[in-house]
Amino acid sequence: MTVPSPVPTPAPEGSEAKFGVDRRRFLGFVLGGATLITAADLVAGGTPAQAVSSLVPQPAELYDLNDLITDAARPTANLITITITEEGRAQFALPRSENGQGIIDSTAMLIAEELDLPVEMVDVTLADARPELVFNQLTGGSTTTTSTFTPIRVAAAIAKGALLQAAATFFGDSVELLKSKAGVIEAPGGRTVAYGQLTRLAASTTDRQVAVDLKPHEEFTVIGSPVKRKDALEAITGRKKFTLDLDVPDALPTMVCRPPSLNGAPERVANLDAVRQMPGVTDVVKVETGVAVRAATFGQCIDAVRALEVSWRDGPVVGESDGDIRARLRSAQLPFGTPSVPLLAKTVEHEFTFWFKSNSALEPNAAIADVRADSAEVWSGLKNPIVAQQEIALAVGLPQDKVKVHVVQGGGSFGRKLFFDGALEAAKVSQAMGKPVRLMWHRSDDTRQGRVHPAAVSKTRTTYLGKEVLSFEQRHASVSTDFTHGLGEILTALAAKLPSGNYTFAQSIFLLTQEVGYDFGVVDQLLNEVDERFNTGSMRNIYSPDTRTAIELTVDDLARRFGQDPYEFRLARAKSSRTRKTLETVAAAADWGKRMPVGTAQGIAIHKEYKGVTACVVELDCRPETVNREIREARTGPRVTRATFAIDAGLVINPNHLEAQMQGGMLDGIALALTSSVHLRNGAFLEASWDNVAYTRQWNVPPEMEVVVVDSDSGQPGGAGEAGVAATCAAVACAYWRATGTMPKEFPINHQTPLHFEVKPFSPPMPPSPTNGLDFIR
Amino acid sequence: MPDHTFLVNGERVTVDVEDDVRLLWVLRDRLGITGPKYGCGINVCKACTSHLNGKAFNPCAVPVSALRKKDEITTIEGLADTVDGDLHPMQEAWLEFDVAQCGYCQPGQIMAAVDKVRQVQEAGREITDDDLDEIRNICRCGTYFRIRQAIKAGAAAMG
Ligand code: FES
Ligand code: FES
Repeated sequence: MTVPSPVPTPAPEGSEAKFGVDRRRFLGFVLGGATLITAADLVAGGTPAQAVSSLVPQPAELYDLNDLITDAARPTANLITITITEEGRAQFALPRSENGQGIIDSTAMLIAEELDLPVEMVDVTLADARPELVFNQLTGGSTTTTSTFTPIRVAAAIAKGALLQAAATFFGDSVELLKSKAGVIEAPGGRTVAYGQLTRLAASTTDRQVAVDLKPHEEFTVIGSPVKRKDALEAITGRKKFTLDLDVPDALPTMVCRPPSLNGAPERVANLDAVRQMPGVTDVVKVETGVAVRAATFGQCIDAVRALEVSWRDGPVVGESDGDIRARLRSAQLPFGTPSVPLLAKTVEHEFTFWFKSNSALEPNAAIADVRADSAEVWSGLKNPIVAQQEIALAVGLPQDKVKVHVVQGGGSFGRKLFFDGALEAAKVSQAMGKPVRLMWHRSDDTRQGRVHPAAVSKTRTTYLGKEVLSFEQRHASVSTDFTHGLGEILTALAAKLPSGNYTFAQSIFLLTQEVGYDFGVVDQLLNEVDERFNTGSMRNIYSPDTRTAIELTVDDLARRFGQDPYEFRLARAKSSRTRKTLETVAAAADWGKRMPVGTAQGIAIHKEYKGVTACVVELDCRPETVNREIREARTGPRVTRATFAIDAGLVINPNHLEAQMQGGMLDGIALALTSSVHLRNGAFLEASWDNVAYTRQWNVPPEMEVVVVDSDSGQPGGAGEAGVAATCAAVACAYWRATGTMPKEFPINHQTPLHFEVKPFSPPMPPSPTNGLDFIR
Repeated sequence: MPDHTFLVNGERVTVDVEDDVRLLWVLRDRLGITGPKYGCGINVCKACTSHLNGKAFNPCAVPVSALRKKDEITTIEGLADTVDGDLHPMQEAWLEFDVAQCGYCQPGQIMAAVDKVRQVQEAGREITDDDLDEIRNICRCGTYFRIRQAIKAGAAAMG
């Protein structure tokens, strides 16, 4: 077998630049099979050359989280395969998790593009856990597109090449005379043959390595076009199936009675037998996390949970509240450095607090598990199914290959489904009961015992002389972020690539994601994490909404001190031309600087992450008639009345989904800035419902929203899932200061105002199911 | 166990279940009608929104015994059958604006939207931003803006 050497044709500026080699030629396989199966192999492509920046760069400018996950995925990328069926469809099992980001669609678009096949003819499904993929099955850090962009196209291009070869045999023509279009191959004289008819002919009896050229970006017709969600019809007709909707025989509804304090544990159950006799109830067993109940309906599970009399061991945070955690964070704050600056330089310091926020999706933690003596099967929305499979196998005492883990489409994730708390618990409960279970967490469980975004205190210190910023330092102290879901393993394996040996996982992630983006002289951002007692997670955008909000408020302060307009100040100091262009775009689209009524203001902010640049302008209404709107059980407060967002996302696969992801991220950013948090009181979170948590609702939504996609010079796709949050959160904070004259120091801004709800009881842990639903009919 | 008889999506059903079981669980766990979603179980998130005799309600807050024989439940699965054509105009608008992300909230959103438009149109008004602000359905993916666009378009088509 001869392996052709890379073709030395220069690639267009930026295209595949990530690989640092000027080529569009890649190696892959045609695999042995009855029909055509192709796979991509990038190992032979060598390691990427890193870009070199002219200024003293921050670590994330050189090598960021996207690079890390992309590199980690590369050695096993050859295991992803595309099959062409006899119906002429392309089939691909995506080793990622779909939770609404639209990655199934964008993957189908990549395949359709290289294969010259209509998008409707591409079937992308979610792969079950495949341990051999190692790092290639983690959906996180908005890296899906970055890490799969090339391998998926290589496999598709090889498939097209094999089909063309087969067509040449079929027609007795030479390949050069054939053209592929919309799933059909045309030969001179108008003769045609469909892919489906060729797939057996194109099939190989053995595995063969082949080289292939990818389409140049200028020839893209599918990539970059707005494509709607393929599963939209399923979603709007109620046919889309989530974990709890799956028809798994005998997997009866199951819920867990949980402790009143965070991470408490059950001691004794006084009325086990009585509860076992309740209507519909089939099983009641004590497990690590509480007391599990299985019944004919979830309603009967709730009734049984409410009837249980359990004595509990206190959780590890009992006795402590928000203030205690902040004190702990303050004392853990790393000291600022001492940059050598001239004697006359002025120093500005600020401290900001970011409170705990709920990481719950609308679909609660849910999983179906059927654990038998010699095998197990689990269904759940999982972003990291391999680690889930390993841990579940360990927990139920089975070899890993005896545990089948199915990845189901999730009802939202935002980082939440990197963890598999539900799946693990379901497996343990199923084993304890010896029966299949359909486990669901009550909303109150999900809010009080579920994952949260860690609380943090962020300090900034800036020095300046005249109108020159000499140094910018940020010290971010955070409650520990749990990275035990697999990102940590990637880091272990790639430790050599990390900015420097001595950082913890969290510090490494921090350094890989943070980039101030302004020319501020000596720049230095450091993280310290303490306190591992909480159930935390890397919620959408991890540290960045908090760190960015602290940065942008500091930037507004500097602009004030320098007597400059916040936009002009940013534009003058933006470090890259991409940032400048994005700022100019957002300012123009938002009418930056327009006259605003007293009590309202615009705010502006940028962010740089995920291989892209974002900027946001909001208009915020802080007038009393708006702030004091009365809506039952609701956080009203200041309202963003208009939000404009610009993004340079690099190469855009699907502008329609990009816009949708930005809109969602913007509404997250607004929630983080203004309304949404959970309050820790005496070792437990007070919030137990969606009304309590006050995530953005229609009455908080800006009546005007616009997303502008900036024409990008980068040929590389960036991440979209999280890119909308940070700049929006920061812009709202800046607008609040400008509208009210008070710099906000705590987020959400409403956290310390009196609670807008009556705290639900902790025991029983679930509120009663209401009976008055008919009274609300209008 | 007592029998409960009512209409769901045009079909008469009889379920043998305790009186106090909330209708959401009768639909999902007993009848296998999974369009209405659970998001809270306490009439807050509105993910379970369905129609009772043509008006929005939340089955997580209604015991099955509260239903009468002639009561007609419409879930998202049956919405299209209430109009001529393959889909309800509100569903068409949802497709036009490509609203759904994860999709979990969407059945409830659409059922709530249809009802909101009905109320506004019965009052002889056009739908306003204030009307949209009153919709309580959670969408944790943050599709709210496209929901607003789709409801305005759907209202025009329903009018
Ligand atoms: S589940 Fe019915 S309103 Fe939330
Ligand atoms: S689309 Fe995911 S919760 Fe609304």
